[in-house]
Amino acid sequence: MGENIIEINGVSKSFAQHRALHNVSLAIPRGCIFGLLGPNGAGKTTLIRMINNITVPDSGTILFNGENLTAQHIKKIGYLPEERGLYKKMKVGEQAVYLARLRGMSKDEALASLKFWFEKFEITAWWNKKVEELSKGMAQKIQFITTVIHKPELLILDEPFSGFDPINANLIKREILELCEKGATVIFSTHNMESVEQVCSRIALINKSEKILEGKVSDLKEQFKPNVFRVVFKGNIVTFTNALWTGYKLLDHEKIDDTNISADVQLLGENTPNQLLGILILHVEVVSFQEKMPSMNDIFIEQVSRLENTTETAEKA
Amino acid sequence: MGKTGIIIAREYLTRVKKKSFILMTFLGPILIAGVMALIVYLALQDDRTYKILVIDDTGGAFTELKNGDRFKFFSVEGLEIEEAKRAFKDSDYTCILHIPEKILSQNRPLLYFKEQPSNKIQSQIEDKLERIVEKEKLKLYDMSYDDYRRIKTDFEMALIKFTDKGEEQTVVKEKGLIGLIFGVAIYLFIFLYGIQVMRGVMEEKSNRIVEVLVSSVKPIQLMLGKIIGIALVSLTQFVLWILLSTVLITVSQTLLFQNKLSQLSTQEEIQKPAQLKQAEQLSEDQVNFSDIIHPDHFINRINWPLMLGLFFFYFIGGYLLYSALFAAIGAAIDNETDSQQFMIPVTIPLMAAYFIALTLMENPDSKAGFWASIIPLTSPIIMIERVAIGLDSSQYWELILSMVLLILGFLATLWLAAKIYRTGILMYGKKISYKELWKWIKYND
Repeated sequence: MGENIIEINGVSKSFAQHRALHNVSLAIPRGCIFGLLGPNGAGKTTLIRMINNITVPDSGTILFNGENLTAQHIKKIGYLPEERGLYKKMKVGEQAVYLARLRGMSKDEALASLKFWFEKFEITAWWNKKVEELSKGMAQKIQFITTVIHKPELLILDEPFSGFDPINANLIKREILELCEKGATVIFSTHNMESVEQVCSRIALINKSEKILEGKVSDLKEQFKPNVFRVVFKGNIVTFTNALWTGYKLLDHEKIDDTNISADVQLLGENTPNQLLGILILHVEVVSFQEKMPSMNDIFIEQVSRLENTTETAEKA
Repeated sequence: MGKTGIIIAREYLTRVKKKSFILMTFLGPILIAGVMALIVYLALQDDRTYKILVIDDTGGAFTELKNGDRFKFFSVEGLEIEEAKRAFKDSDYTCILHIPEKILSQNRPLLYFKEQPSNKIQSQIEDKLERIVEKEKLKLYDMSYDDYRRIKTDFEMALIKFTDKGEEQTVVKEKGLIGLIFGVAIYLFIFLYGIQVMRGVMEEKSNRIVEVLVSSVKPIQLMLGKIIGIALVSLTQFVLWILLSTVLITVSQTLLFQNKLSQLSTQEEIQKPAQLKQAEQLSEDQVNFSDIIHPDHFINRINWPLMLGLFFFYFIGGYLLYSALFAAIGAAIDNETDSQQFMIPVTIPLMAAYFIALTLMENPDSKAGFWASIIPLTSPIIMIERVAIGLDSSQYWELILSMVLLILGFLATLWLAAKIYRTGILMYGKKISYKELWKWIKYND
């Protein structure tokens, strides 16, 4: 077994004229929380359905623990789809056992595992209730339990927090982190970049059926940081501007209060932050000095617009 | 138990545990028996006594009209029909019987009424009128009534089919009726349970549970599990219905009709010479039960084990074929209002089969009947009817061909439906056209 739980090599998929995925390759290391990011309709769900063996690629391969992905691996995967629900007329316990058995558990295994989870979430009293009697938040807990009941090695959550109330979302987040500590790998798929930034250690960005970025979150931020520093100082903005020679660019500034001003300065060329600081302290009194790191959203928007510009110029040429 | 087995078990158990299933199973036979009893009761039960005012324009020939048990004739000297009609509303007569002057040539008496007399009373009045008209006509030909009775003849042709092998086969028209009932039952049950499959698929789609399910099992397993599960529900219901009906019929026969039956048999034994008269009396006074227990009655000449066996085969075959199509429809649409455009092409062959089944009664050897009994979309309804009417041994190949084609037809529709199903269940919020469906069929996995 290599270090990757999932390896996707050159996967493409088309539905009639619509190209859902084009030559996508990805590696998901074991034990990490992996964010699959991209706008709606980028191809995330298609990719996830392939990892879940719901659809198969037109070309390319998907490896699970180094083996070609087949129906046998289903037992090792837990999947919470974006479009998720339960049988409304069926009793909670019965339904959970049914879903667990379809995942390949025996009835006894399912009952034992469900007992654990129902006690953990303090919902044992719901066992004989029908799903239609439950609130939406309650149903979400059941959905989560049925996703993780068979102790999957790989947990795939498609837009996990859409429709969750903040309390449930926190509860689920905690559980996911706990499962991760125990060795599970988690794939988060979302178009809401902010929501996974704190959780994910690695991400891949998918746009218009192609992967445009992949890597560690910290590496990506380092790679795409704009070299902008936020300086808060006491003094005069004119003095501040005059102090900046070539090699620095004042992007933006605003008055915080009567004495303090905040300014965003971009370093150009080979200049270092220390040099900038050295120049500034001669002219103004620096209160704070901090590098502005890009959010995943910033990186995404920048990358997408850059790609669109290049394709446009290519088309014009 | 495989995963399909787990699905079958859920589909089956959730349905047979429903209150509506239990209610239908027990009430079904009672309801059917009750409705039939009510119809018979309403048809027979007419206990009013009719006061009938006779306006006789012929000049007195009809004054000798004899009163019946439940109707009495009255006449008023010199009363004209128009005058009688004007006064009718406020009078206490229930009917006016107008006998026009030229009744002997025109044969058309008129009955005005406030409340319509039952068919039985109508025919009794007609009988009494006919007797008098006959007598009047006989007078014209100078013939005695007894002579007329001796001359009068009433035939019903015996139809004997000369088969290809030279055998003679008596045609019993009533068998066609039994076949029609079987055919129509299959037609109804295919609809009833086929729609349940469609609803089930739609439920999973609109509950949004289907993607969770297909991440665990193949779509074809899910579809087959549902189809087979509901098939087992229908079989359970049939078996229970047959058992309950048998019990119900036996109990009601022993309780209600025992007296009548024993009475009939003793009468028959003792009064053989008076049989004719007796039969007449019987048919007039009560429903005749004597012939149904006779071994030569057509009901008893039908091969019931064969018919029931074929009924199950054709019901299951037809159900499987159509339910696969219904499953595909359920998968393609988001809600039931969209189902119409896809339902029509599926219901048309069923409707066609229904109408062909009706014409088959009149024309059992028609070309349409032959083809409809071979083609899998209509054969479940038509072939069972043809078998009930009677197949020659030289026509057995048609039965076998029809059965084989039905199985092949099911496999073909299943293949087609599975392709639509697996794409459709994961497709939300899109209005699906036939062009779209065709694309789905062409998709690779």
